[in-house]
Amino acid sequence: MTLPVKMTINGTNYRHEVEPRMLLVHYIREVVGLTGTHVGCDTSQCGACTIILNGQAVKACNVFAVQADGAQIMTIEGLAKNGQLHPIQEGFWEKHGLQCGFCTPGMIMAVYQLLERYPKPTEAQIRHQLEGNLCRCTGYHNIVKAVQYAAEKMAGR
Amino acid sequence: MYPASFDYHTPGSVQEAISLLGKLRDDAKLLAGGHSLIPMMKLRLAQPKHLIDLRKVPGLAGIREDGGSIALGAMTTHWQVESSKLLQAKIPVVSDAAGMIGDPQVRNLGTIGGSLAHADPAADMPAVMIALGVEFVIEGARGRRTVKVDDFFKGLMMTAVGPDEILVEIRVPVPPAGSGAAYLKFPHPASRFAVVGVCAALTVDGKGICTKAGVGVTGAGTKAVRAKGVEAGLAGKALDQAAIEAAAAKAADGVDVQADLQGSAEYKSHLLRVHARRAIEAALGRAKGGK
Ligand SMILES: Cc1cc2nc3c(=O)[nH]c(=O)nc-3n(C[C@H](O)[C@H](O)[C@H](O)COP(=O)(O)OP(=O)(O)OC[C@H]3O[C@@H](n4cnc5c(N)ncnc54)[C@H](O)[C@@H]3O)c2cc1C
Ligand code: FES
Ligand code: FES
Repeated sequence: MTLPVKMTINGTNYRHEVEPRMLLVHYIREVVGLTGTHVGCDTSQCGACTIILNGQAVKACNVFAVQADGAQIMTIEGLAKNGQLHPIQEGFWEKHGLQCGFCTPGMIMAVYQLLERYPKPTEAQIRHQLEGNLCRCTGYHNIVKAVQYAAEKMAGR
Repeated sequence: MYPASFDYHTPGSVQEAISLLGKLRDDAKLLAGGHSLIPMMKLRLAQPKHLIDLRKVPGLAGIREDGGSIALGAMTTHWQVESSKLLQAKIPVVSDAAGMIGDPQVRNLGTIGGSLAHADPAADMPAVMIALGVEFVIEGARGRRTVKVDDFFKGLMMTAVGPDEILVEIRVPVPPAGSGAAYLKFPHPASRFAVVGVCAALTVDGKGICTKAGVGVTGAGTKAVRAKGVEAGLAGKALDQAAIEAAAAKAADGVDVQADLQGSAEYKSHLLRVHARRAIEAALGRAKGGK
């Protein structure tokens, strides 16, 4: 059995036929071809696959594509505008918030929601809100600094 | 990891979902937030042939005040519970506990109904529901029925919800003035599930006597249970430190504490007693502070 799905990803409309068991992360990476969203653990622990689904950060390895039929999605590819980095991306660049970069797309999408919900986050809020994202390289300190940089920059706009 | 193949259904009403359940029987599973079921399907611990997604059923999500209770629709997400102004004002412990589940991404999709129907032995909400003495509204082909929390959790991942029934609503009584409640957990460092979790809900009168105590514990055994020994040690007493400690010492009594990778039965029993004491102290602080 395949089912038709349509969704808007980073402003572009897509329509495909998929098997119900196809995970949203595989749909995004392999059918649509947007490979910025990563698969780290594939067991809903690490957050590398985090995307924004209808305005909320979710782990795309734990959602079926058919559940997202009709959805508005933003992935890491949708963040920069006209070649201009988003302030969160800039924060990670400026504050050395990444090393290997594998966790970064998911981390940034989680931060996107964090700053929407908590525009002036405390350090404790930042750490609590990033509990769903694991990083094997940075030790998190520079990620916290990147979020603080982005929060300040976004408040100033 | 791909789960086994299945057919996907999106009924547009509770009745339609129930008739699908009746027709497909053991081959079908309800899908709510998918944050317990999909991981199990990916590991092929569950291989349903049909998934009945409740996301298009109107009226199953939402939080409303109804008489002396707050009604939580089964499809209300953990984040909606966590961020509800109504709950934060009237029964803050429910919002607090929701905010301790997993991580933000899990809370955005996972639902309170899914968590309670799944009845994972390490889930947080069951302890809170027991302490607060909630009721469950369950719908099936023969109509709706109400089940009290003490009759709801039947065993390891087993509840009073029948195979052809749907949990539609949880009704949480608003505690009277002079009440306070707190949920404390010892989270597993990776999954954040409760190694142990204790919820205490207390009501104290003007003289500082505890007139009502509800205590639920989760994590340590095969299902969440009421800590009757702790409740008996609190109700009717002036809650000085000695009374609190004596009551908390009974936190593991009647719990089928399981030794596992997370710790021995002795260790978990100790964690239960410590968390019970802290939860009671926090609940008492809130009761006296008028929260
Ligand atoms: C990484 C991770 C960390 C987590 N950490 C925690 C934690 O710390 N604490 C915690 O408590 N939980 C935790 N969870 C579990 C989470 O809370 C789940 O959301 C919850 O257990 C199940 O809710 P769901 O809506 O996702 O249900 P689903 O996974 O969709 O369904 C679960 C089961 O319940 C049945 N069901 C669902 N809705 C209904 C209904 N209305 N009526 C009858 N049956 C129904 C389904 O058929 C299925 O069998 C975690 C999950 C993940 C992935
Ligand atoms: S790949 Fe989805 S959470 Fe790790
Ligand atoms: S930068 Fe390497 S995992 Fe985070």
